[in-house]
Amino acid sequence: MLNVLLNRLKQGHRTSGYPKHAITMPECYRGRPTVEASKCRAGCNACVLACPTSAVTKNPLKIDLGQCLFCGRCAEACQERAVSFTRDHRLSANTREALVVTGVEPTLTAPLPRKPRGLFRHSFKLRQVSAGGCNACEADLSVLQIVTFDMFRFGLSWVASPRHADAVVVTGPVTTNMAMALEETYKAVPAPKLVIAVGACAISGGPYKGAPDSRGIPTEKMPIDLFIPGCPPHPYTMLDGILRLLGRIK
Amino acid sequence: MAVTNNSAACAPAQANNLAHKHILETSNGLAVPMSKLPVVSIDLFRSTVLAACKSGARLTSLLSLPAESVQCHGETLLAVLADDKGGTLGLIGGELPASREYQSLTQEYTAAQAFERELYELHGIVPLDHPWCKPLRRHSDLERTSNSRDGRAAPEHPFYRIEGDGIHEVAVGPVHAGVIEPGHFRFQCFGETVLSLEIQLGYQHRGAEALLLSSTPARRLVVAETIAGETAIGHGLAHCIALEGLGGAEPSLYAETLRGVALGLERCANHIGDLGALCNDVGFLPGGSWFGRLRGEYLNLSLDLCGNRFGHGFLKVGGIRFGLSAAQRKDFLVRLAKAAKDVKSIAELTFDTPSIGARFERTGIVSRELAEELGLVGPAARASGCDRDVRRDHPCGLYRFAHIPVATIESGDVMARALVRWLETERSSRFMCEQIEQLQEDKLAVEVPSPRPSHLVVSLVEAWRGEVVHVAATDATGKLAVYKVTDPSLHNWFGLAMSLRGNQISDFPLCNKSFNLSYAGHDL
Repeated sequence: MLNVLLNRLKQGHRTSGYPKHAITMPECYRGRPTVEASKCRAGCNACVLACPTSAVTKNPLKIDLGQCLFCGRCAEACQERAVSFTRDHRLSANTREALVVTGVEPTLTAPLPRKPRGLFRHSFKLRQVSAGGCNACEADLSVLQIVTFDMFRFGLSWVASPRHADAVVVTGPVTTNMAMALEETYKAVPAPKLVIAVGACAISGGPYKGAPDSRGIPTEKMPIDLFIPGCPPHPYTMLDGILRLLGRIK
Repeated sequence: MAVTNNSAACAPAQANNLAHKHILETSNGLAVPMSKLPVVSIDLFRSTVLAACKSGARLTSLLSLPAESVQCHGETLLAVLADDKGGTLGLIGGELPASREYQSLTQEYTAAQAFERELYELHGIVPLDHPWCKPLRRHSDLERTSNSRDGRAAPEHPFYRIEGDGIHEVAVGPVHAGVIEPGHFRFQCFGETVLSLEIQLGYQHRGAEALLLSSTPARRLVVAETIAGETAIGHGLAHCIALEGLGGAEPSLYAETLRGVALGLERCANHIGDLGALCNDVGFLPGGSWFGRLRGEYLNLSLDLCGNRFGHGFLKVGGIRFGLSAAQRKDFLVRLAKAAKDVKSIAELTFDTPSIGARFERTGIVSRELAEELGLVGPAARASGCDRDVRRDHPCGLYRFAHIPVATIESGDVMARALVRWLETERSSRFMCEQIEQLQEDKLAVEVPSPRPSHLVVSLVEAWRGEVVHVAATDATGKLAVYKVTDPSLHNWFGLAMSLRGNQISDFPLCNKSFNLSYAGHDL
């Protein structure tokens, strides 16, 4: 017991000051990309060819964050620096369209309308369903529980039963064999309920777009309220998205 | 370094388990021309493979080669055998009869069970008298899925059941209580005691192997990295080694060294995460929260190395995309030393705690004989006393020049699997520091020529969970015609199921975490 306490003292306080204090991402981190079509060389298609998931398209030049893996190969290929990545971790969006970057100004997630927001603001329970996710998104969602990120201080937590949940957090491209389990889980969540799509696979199929057994989230049955892009998104990107949706960060 | 991936450089036959006239010897990452592959009758194939396995070789992959890829032969089974002592790999082909049936290897060599079930599932090849020929991933009760070339629905195959007074069945999943991947577990219990556990996977099957064949080279690598997302470096590296072998190119030592560092970071992050999860499962919260925090230190080093916490985007066929500047090297050494010190202090605290000993020891035992029989790999095998590690036995890249001691423990219980993880973390951490200190800057990547036509390559990487195997072959035009991925989990899931026999059902989470296997890597 004494050893535990001694070790506890040595460990110190490890919870980040986020969101009160801004966080700085390391230099190598690739966050929100910026696009300046005016810099493009006529006839150049290097960024489009370099992208492994066809997230970059031209005429006009744009990047779909829903498909983007943030690998930076497009920026590497672009000699004119028409495409570059900033260290801004705020990437989430309320709609699929808002994930398409065509300029340099970020579009941030807007808070939910007052009606369900009041219910969720200080207690928001999440049921995670991995539907073909490779375990990178799952691992970085799970990490929100550790002392560094400490999701509990915002009233956020993972719950075991969909009956206790306010939102379903989906990862993965939704495989044939998981399609039914995902829908059943969603049906079991009491209304009002939200759907949060995390990672390139859940949003667009990502690397698995068009794969024989990837189906995507059936949005006609379960409309998505928050899109958190990345491969996987950084834990701060996830926190930022959820807290903005709840109106806890302005 | 000179290009050594020349087909003429095939290792000469040595006095070892694979020296046989029907077995073509090769080594990790060395491509061989398809024309040299010995293709024999299926009966001779079977007896040769079984004889090699009886004399100490291991079956690391078993797949079907389509007729068009094997010159002058019909559809052929390809067995990849590993001789760990000799450091060689053996290839042998067996031509399938028109009936597409053969006597299963599993009857005499249990470790072939998953491979043969997969052959049945994917290609409809029937391994006769296989004791449990249930499709690995295709579900009979759901709609037809595409992981069958002929589009057949899976045949009915019930769960294994034990019946009798007081026997009850517990079903868990596919959606689990925590933030983890989906799978279904069926326990046959008598009171608290588990008599049998059957694990039904396949929920994660998204068609990765098919995508690897049909994609552009750029996309192939990102698919390889997401076969199992926390093993991005392991699978990504196996893919790079395979394509470098087929093209005939070798990365710089600088790139190989940093690949080794990235693999080490991946190993440390995952092992420490597992130690934290094990602590949480027995209610030892100090270990749970501090190991959890320390896992982040290694992920953040990966982030600093390549811009992604899981190493996605770090590798490139021919080398790597990001180097380490002098300032970064200094920073890495300081942070690695600090993290290692913290890990040591918490690991000592954890392993000295009596309640940890009480719960970890003698729980979920896998004996050495059983581990050998099931063909377990990685830390799970080493915790049962099987001395195998691809980094030492089949070295490729950095590991040809730098060696890392292999950690083995005999007891085969949860404690052994936890201790192996701690030992490996310490050794990897020291290894990374040594490598960073000696780093000589050089080219990040070399140009890799297009894959040579009609060649076959096997690449092995000791990832944190164990042996990752990729087998790739090109057709006469140089296009990839075969791509087979084996995640260590394919072997080890059965080890988890067996470890639970005779244990209490409440020990399942603990046993499960001590293996921590990949669903996505198994299901592909």
